[in-house]
Amino acid sequence: MTYLRPKFRHPELQKNKLGYTVDYYEGALSTLCAGCGHDSISAGIIQAAYEMNIQPHKLAKFSGIGCSSKTPAYFLSNSHGFNSVHGRMPSVATGANLANRDLIYFGVSGDGDTASIGLGQFVHVIRRGLNMTYIVMNNGCYGLTKGQDSATADQGSKNKSGNVNLFEPIDLASLAIETGATFVAQSFSGDKAQLVPLIKAAMNHPGFAFINVISPCVTFNNNMGSTKSYDYVREHIEATATVDFVPDMKEISVEYGKGTHKNVTMHDGSVIQLHKLAEEWDPLNRQSAMNAVLNAKSKNEILTGLLYVNPDARDLHHMIQTTDKPLNSLTKSDLCPGSEMLNAINADLR
Amino acid sequence: MEPTNINNPEYFHKVVDCQHACPAHTPVPEYIRLIAEEKYTEAYMINWDSNVFPGVLGRTCDRPCEPACRRGRVDEEPVAICRLKRVAADNKGDVKQFMPQAPFKQNGKKIALIGAGPASLTVARDLAPLGYEIHLYDQQKLGGGFMRSQIPSFRLPESVLNEEVNFILDLGIHTHFNEYVKSLKETLDKDYDAVFIGSGAPKGRDLELPGRKEGAAHIHIGINWLANVAFEHTKNVGKKVIVLGGGNTAMDCCRTARRLGGEEVKVIVRSPFAEMKASPWEKEDAAHEDIPIIDNHVPKSFVVENGVLKGMTFEKVTAEYTKEGKRKLVPVGGADVFIEADDVLIAVGQENSFPWIERDLGIEFDKWNMPIVNEVTFVSTNTKVFFGGDAAWGPKNVITAVAHGHQAAISIDLTCRGESMNVRPSPFVNLVSQKMGIHEWAYDSAVVNDQRYTVPQADKKITLANRKKEVELGYDHITGFKEAERCLNCDIQTVFTTDKCIECDACMDVCPTACISFTGNASEIDLRSMLKVPATNLSQDLYVSSALKTKRVMVKDENVCLHCGLCAERCPTAAWDMQKFFYNVSKAGSGCASHK
Ligand SMILES: Cc1cc2nc3c(=O)[nH]c(=O)nc-3n(C[C@H](O)[C@H](O)[C@H](O)COP(=O)(O)OP(=O)(O)OC[C@H]3O[C@@H](n4cnc5c(N)ncnc54)[C@H](O)[C@@H]3O)c2cc1C
Ligand SMILES: Cc1ncc(C[n+]2csc(CCOP(=O)(O)OP(=O)(O)O)c2C)c(N)n1
Ligand code: SF4
Ligand code: SF4
Ligand code: SF4
Ligand SMILES: [Mg+2]
Repeated sequence: MTYLRPKFRHPELQKNKLGYTVDYYEGALSTLCAGCGHDSISAGIIQAAYEMNIQPHKLAKFSGIGCSSKTPAYFLSNSHGFNSVHGRMPSVATGANLANRDLIYFGVSGDGDTASIGLGQFVHVIRRGLNMTYIVMNNGCYGLTKGQDSATADQGSKNKSGNVNLFEPIDLASLAIETGATFVAQSFSGDKAQLVPLIKAAMNHPGFAFINVISPCVTFNNNMGSTKSYDYVREHIEATATVDFVPDMKEISVEYGKGTHKNVTMHDGSVIQLHKLAEEWDPLNRQSAMNAVLNAKSKNEILTGLLYVNPDARDLHHMIQTTDKPLNSLTKSDLCPGSEMLNAINADLR
Repeated sequence: MEPTNINNPEYFHKVVDCQHACPAHTPVPEYIRLIAEEKYTEAYMINWDSNVFPGVLGRTCDRPCEPACRRGRVDEEPVAICRLKRVAADNKGDVKQFMPQAPFKQNGKKIALIGAGPASLTVARDLAPLGYEIHLYDQQKLGGGFMRSQIPSFRLPESVLNEEVNFILDLGIHTHFNEYVKSLKETLDKDYDAVFIGSGAPKGRDLELPGRKEGAAHIHIGINWLANVAFEHTKNVGKKVIVLGGGNTAMDCCRTARRLGGEEVKVIVRSPFAEMKASPWEKEDAAHEDIPIIDNHVPKSFVVENGVLKGMTFEKVTAEYTKEGKRKLVPVGGADVFIEADDVLIAVGQENSFPWIERDLGIEFDKWNMPIVNEVTFVSTNTKVFFGGDAAWGPKNVITAVAHGHQAAISIDLTCRGESMNVRPSPFVNLVSQKMGIHEWAYDSAVVNDQRYTVPQADKKITLANRKKEVELGYDHITGFKEAERCLNCDIQTVFTTDKCIECDACMDVCPTACISFTGNASEIDLRSMLKVPATNLSQDLYVSSALKTKRVMVKDENVCLHCGLCAERCPTAAWDMQKFFYNVSKAGSGCASHK
């Protein structure tokens, strides 16, 4: 019986700036099917958190229901976590974020959890610009309930029992751009070189950051004719550009020539470096990003990489002008300043 | 890199670090698993086949396997491979029924073995069952060589040695004990088909210092003195004893002296403590018996007054190192140090000596007066004469002597059958999947976290009072089991099938020790730096697949693989499988050189 992970780690693991090795960011051993793309994304999240020098207690994980929504058990064991009801992760995350703006909010969901039952919540949390990272582990089916087609299954895609999906899919990335997300990216569970920098950039983004990650379900949706299988995705993948996330401008080590290269500097000085840019695509322009996605779709390509970013994004707290102090730390005297203050306000209005 | 050729048995053999490091290539993890299953007899027989003296070696082996053990690279200490061997020997059942049973049908060939140490005894064991008539010569009254005359009984009880020597003598060996061979020419004239020389390195080095002659009655050559103790010619020693030398012989001398009446026994070495040749555990044992080790003292003279040895003088030195790392002992100045002694034991090294080998027999000697011996076949420049053990290249240890014996026996068998001894038999190998079902393997794949268990020792009061009382008590069944569970089963190989891999990364993500990477191919140096954790241990191989669908390759750094099987467990397509690799060095008459 092997189903225990040994405690030994590679003796030469490097420490990050906080002095932690990557295993400090691990979670429990996954109980998902062997080879599930979701596990690979979990590994990407662990790597990104380690590289971003995140204090685990300063991060909160949120999820709904599904195989994908189970994954917060498999990464960042030392962080906070809330496994909510199906499709309702955004409201729980919104509540938490409003109560304590000082944490990093990290949401994980599935295509069923987001595009079917949770679609309403999804678009509203985007509109509101909640400062969070929202990852959809998109396998085109309801993995946990044995692989029924989900709303992101492509029209014409075949499931394991041979049934062809008749309906138009919901394109989550376009929807996110459309509804006002300020960071939108797409990736593939089998491409960590791309995924990890995208997760890092998303965690650093001061608004709503969405990453749609194609994540094959090995058990129910990795068959011939499926458009979310490892083979199909690998054959149809196209990248907008290769991505690097550099937390500090000073740390940029490689400079690329103009034309095929772009640096997007965020307001905190961090930089998203893009090289080998696709033609006629401007990551700072929503219209251009939408076009790129639609063009790719018409060519049966899956466009990955950063799609759109607004470096000047502002989040919900900014929009509704809450105090800088986390609301959960406000005391009674902060909230009820007393009759003197009331009188002063009243006097102002006279 | 080119894809790894796992069909070459040496690739997986190297992954089994301990077995690879063992001169006789004992299948270590196989016997450790048998111990965990309380199959002590079977565990013993695996050992007996490979190393001939499991009971002796389980107590005295130099254990080159342990520094090589993979566990030592992830945990504080390696598996106690050596002391587990003793567990098998202590608890075995009737092993004799599984050994070849004399008498054997004779093949008409006669072989002489000179010296009855482990090297010759191994040749005897391998050849007697094939029908050879074996004549074993030794000047001592019993077989065993240095195992009997040098290794003290408090480390190796006589009964253990006798049992294992007798297993061999019972194979119908013609013994000629109490017989010193004084002429090889005479031996060759007796019409032997081959002669094996396993006469060891029997000459102890002396120290020609002022006072050596005058004090001779109380100055002894360490190995001669130990032999005299073993054969009960020497029964006591003075209260104050100086032991000169920093190797294992010095450790045996000082501990023996403590048991023969030595109250203030001191070991004095020229070199710094850290550079002493003695194994760390021998130094610990000496310290435990209240024997100080005084380092950086170079002996200058024996002090003899009125014909009585009073002690020795030493010059204090310090070690300095040249740029090339060469050591120089530089005097620190000041007066010489005088240390009192009633007896001095000189344990500063041993040498070979072949006064009984005539130089006109076609056996070439080099400028150091050592025979020229082929490193593979062990034949000398006279094709009838073979050397092995300490006689071949100077003092080593028991397990090396055994390994030599096996190879020499193969050569002797081949040449007696008129075949070329340069065509060596291939090893016996086997590779079998361990998969039993989901989450189920035929081996205990879970990795335990336990630290190495210490071997209990008998009370010092008792052991110092009786030189024959064994100090180590050995593990009991339960501790033996727990220690056996620390073994990582490095012989259960991770076997990769490129065609099956869908590149889902599951194995790479789950591996606790970051062994597996998927990356573009490159030269070995580059590849080593491109992995999830760079592969800096150059003595450990990379296992590289052929190109996958994405043109990348799978690269596994064998260095710290725990053989936990999680990669195979997480692989959706069984592209990884855990397969038990059994590798056994062929002995004379087995393997591809099948007997006609
Ligand atoms: C004090 C001491 C402690 C040691 N402790 C250990 C230990 O703990 N573990 C370990 O692995 N190794 C140990 N060794 C080393 C080990 O004993 C030897 O390396 C090993 O025994 C060598 O085996 P061999 O077969 O080459 O010959 P030996 O064991 O040396 O046997 C050679 C035999 O040949 C006989 N002989 C030689 N010439 C003639 C002749 N002309 N005619 C007849 N007989 C002859 C000798 O009497 C001797 O009995 C120790 C050595 C010493 C000196
Ligand atoms: C309110 C509610 N309705 C339906 C379900 C049944 N259910 C559980 S998981 C799931 C779909 C999950 O799909 P997805 O979010 O894509 O996750 P996956 O398992 O594919 O990763 C459904 C419909 C539920 N748990 N709760
Ligand atoms: S852990 Fe076991 S099998 Fe592995 S090297 Fe050590 S003793 Fe050998
Ligand atoms: S057996 Fe597989 S998972 Fe376990 S340490 Fe070795 S390579 Fe890693
Ligand atoms: S788990 Fe299996 S299929 Fe997946 S990458 Fe590893 S070997 Fe390939
Ligand atoms: Mg799904």
